[in-house]
Amino acid sequence: MSFINYASREINCKIVYYGPGLCGKTTNLQFIYNKTAEESKGKMISLATETERTLFFDFLPLALGEIRGFKTRFHLYTVPGQVFYDASRKLILKGVDGVVFVADSQEERFDANIESLENLKDNLEEQGFDLEKLPFVIQYNKRDLPNVSSVEELSNLLNPRKVPELEGCAMSGEGVFETLKAVAKLVLNDLKKAG
Amino acid sequence: MLGPQSSLVMYDEEYQRILLLLERLLRESNSKVIFLVDKNGQLIAATGETANLDTTSLASLTAGNIAATGGLAKLIGEKEFSILFHEGEKDNIHISIIGGRVILVVIFDQRSSLGLVRLRVKKASNELAVVFEDLVSKTEQQAVSSSAPSPFAEITDDDIDNLFN
Repeated sequence: MSFINYASREINCKIVYYGPGLCGKTTNLQFIYNKTAEESKGKMISLATETERTLFFDFLPLALGEIRGFKTRFHLYTVPGQVFYDASRKLILKGVDGVVFVADSQEERFDANIESLENLKDNLEEQGFDLEKLPFVIQYNKRDLPNVSSVEELSNLLNPRKVPELEGCAMSGEGVFETLKAVAKLVLNDLKKAG
Repeated sequence: MLGPQSSLVMYDEEYQRILLLLERLLRESNSKVIFLVDKNGQLIAATGETANLDTTSLASLTAGNIAATGGLAKLIGEKEFSILFHEGEKDNIHISIIGGRVILVVIFDQRSSLGLVRLRVKKASNELAVVFEDLVSKTEQQAVSSSAPSPFAEITDDDIDNLFN
């Protein structure tokens, strides 16, 4: 959960990027890292295998600026998407403030998206969270590829609650900052309600 | 004890008490760096030779480490492993859990020893646990008293939009 530090006047929030293997979670973070000014970001950490698949998590600390005299810091994490890393995924969700679900728009990944979303709900429940009550946005990634399902189709299936949804192409960066902004907004609004 | 779901709130008074305890532990254990991390990976406080250290990354990786070993512990029927020790060629890291939620990390070299660090950490842990207990009750009190509204109650959409400009 968020960490409010009155001593250093900082708010820290944790955002987790979730989704099936190779959907572009790490690519989202890499784009944010590459496009963020030096003074606003920390080091990006990727705990990955030799073939660049996420093994445990990627981590990117971001300082967004001040709100009411408090520095807002967002800690972005990705989970490993591959099915058999489930134990690690559960750990990353601990203390999460907001979730981005990165869906792979390609037709052949349709089922993988559903499976991953179900897995997200189960794992959140295990940590005592309810996805329905958590700041949550969905990004339909890889919109530039030829074999993609329509956004309408994806939305009907993955987003019955109609949380904010965005189209993206994480490789070129399209939709990446919009997604981050959408989830950050929900997280800060949550803080506001709690206040 | 701090529950796993509760937001951590730090106030100036408790922060100063924590810093004093950490500075004393640093002296008494002859260590190089000490920091406190929330189990979610947020850095709470640090003292010692932190100038050339990426404390944010250290905090996140420490929490990941504790989470992973906690997962291992559960698999073999343990509640958690409350102490971890990593031995390097020059520097060593001693990690322990305080009050179920906060992680104390001590980095030391040959000027100290594992035995000394363990001994001093044990004493400091009890004192730190008391501060965190106080912090929890203070947070609960603040939550019910309307005299101290949270500064975030007043956040506007414009405030949030401005962050991204």
